[in-house]
Amino acid sequence: MDTVDFELSVNGERHAVRAEPRKLLTDVLREDCRLTGTHVGCEHGVCGACTVLVDGRPARACLLYAVQMRGHEITTIEAIAKDGVLSPLQQALHEVHGLQCGFCTAGIVMTFEAYLKENPRPTEEEIRDVLSGNLCRCTGYQNIVEAVLKVVHA
Amino acid sequence: MKPAPFRYHSPGTLDEALALLAEHGAGAKVLAGGQSLGPMMNMRLAQPDALVDINAIAGLDYVREHEKTIEIGALTRHHAIATSPLVRAACPLLAEAARQIGHYAIRQRGTIGGSLAHADPAAQFPLACATLGAEITAAGAGRTRTIAASEFFLSLMSTALEPEEIIVSVTLPKAPTSEGQAYVQFSRRRGDFAIVALAATVRPDAGGHIDQVRLGVGGATDRPMVLAELADCTRGEKADSGWAARLAKAAYDAVAPIDTPRVPAEFRRELVHVLTRRVLVTALERARR
Ligand SMILES: Cc1cc2nc3c(=O)[nH]c(=O)nc-3n(C[C@H](O)[C@H](O)[C@H](O)COP(=O)(O)OP(=O)(O)OC[C@H]3O[C@@H](n4cnc5c(N)ncnc54)[C@H](O)[C@@H]3O)c2cc1C
Ligand code: FES
Ligand code: FES
Repeated sequence: MDTVDFELSVNGERHAVRAEPRKLLTDVLREDCRLTGTHVGCEHGVCGACTVLVDGRPARACLLYAVQMRGHEITTIEAIAKDGVLSPLQQALHEVHGLQCGFCTAGIVMTFEAYLKENPRPTEEEIRDVLSGNLCRCTGYQNIVEAVLKVVHA
Repeated sequence: MKPAPFRYHSPGTLDEALALLAEHGAGAKVLAGGQSLGPMMNMRLAQPDALVDINAIAGLDYVREHEKTIEIGALTRHHAIATSPLVRAACPLLAEAARQIGHYAIRQRGTIGGSLAHADPAAQFPLACATLGAEITAAGAGRTRTIAASEFFLSLMSTALEPEEIIVSVTLPKAPTSEGQAYVQFSRRRGDFAIVALAATVRPDAGGHIDQVRLGVGGATDRPMVLAELADCTRGEKADSGWAARLAKAAYDAVAPIDTPRVPAEFRRELVHVLTRRVLVTALERARR
């Protein structure tokens, strides 16, 4: 099948991509852009590990074809820490032991990056509701909720 | 898993999109939020030859108020519907249902047109639209038609839509101030599809008797089921918990749910019973506020 050439804007940088239209954004980010912080768990939208921001809004990168992203701005986990300084949520996750293997963490950080902008003062109930979209097989979620609460009450 | 190869089109206008669908015939699929089509293609349950991406078409993403109705563009995202002040005021049941679709990230991309076209029997929007008596407007090459939600859902993931048609909008009646609306669902985990869901509107008269009730059941059968006759039979009854319990029992008797390996039919019937009472009591309370 034919490939197409297009430009992708990721974390403010332009990437020239040549890919088949069926190539998922996850695979283009990881293989073509060499940004492997976006993880791939299920490839059907359930686990949330691949969550990135498209024009500031969270989206499953495994449910997007990279070719759809022409003219849009993609943000990945690589852009969240600035000059080696962790974001407040990353720092809180680190401090309260909100991760173990870290496979799910990038997706969680990206989801809450957007959510806390929309709702900076969520209740624990609201945090749990949003977190339901990200599966974590290690932590039991308790410390992730605590990390978000720590940011909210900072 | 990766999707099978396809040709990708991103038309800028509705007419171009319709022309592409007419050209490709049944081999093409409309791509909206991709939150149902994406998983199906990744799992190779769907292998379209071509995708017609409608995301670049302007003017399909809106909520508009008319005198007696609200109109929602097909490309309006679940999250926008859940948080729209207009929808929350004029059509609270729809907003309440939208808030419970999947997860936060899913709701940012999924669209109402996609949900209706996908027609999952347990999905929120098909149930809400059927219960409220919504009208779905679809454009085809050279014609636009309006389909009543009651005639739109044919069975499991099958609708009255032709392959070359695109849903452009949905029109729903505005709730009068005397009406209470509610949506409730049961699922095992937050964000899972409902095992059973109920939607209701209740309008008591000034004397505290039932004037109008609408009641819809999702997840129990192959499409959303509106129990119009049962609901109509209770007109004139005193609006109290006895009324809700009787109607819930009638719904329990009337619905013959599907039997699936993990969810026996009897469990679904019990849910219809319990949730019907709950949705009616909640809608009635809201009507009185
Ligand atoms: C993890 C996860 C959890 C989910 N949970 C729920 C849930 O609890 N409840 C729920 O209801 N949904 C759920 N969904 C599905 C989600 O709501 C989808 O957004 C929705 O079903 C389809 O909308 P879409 O815009 O994503 O459509 P797409 O996936 O792009 O398309 C779906 C189908 O509709 C067709 N289509 C799309 N738009 C149009 C149009 N305008 N005209 C004609 N045909 C069209 C497509 O060709 C395709 O056949 C979930 C999805 C995921 C990934
Ligand atoms: S890999 Fe995308 S949601 Fe699991
Ligand atoms: S830390 Fe291992 S999956 Fe979440």
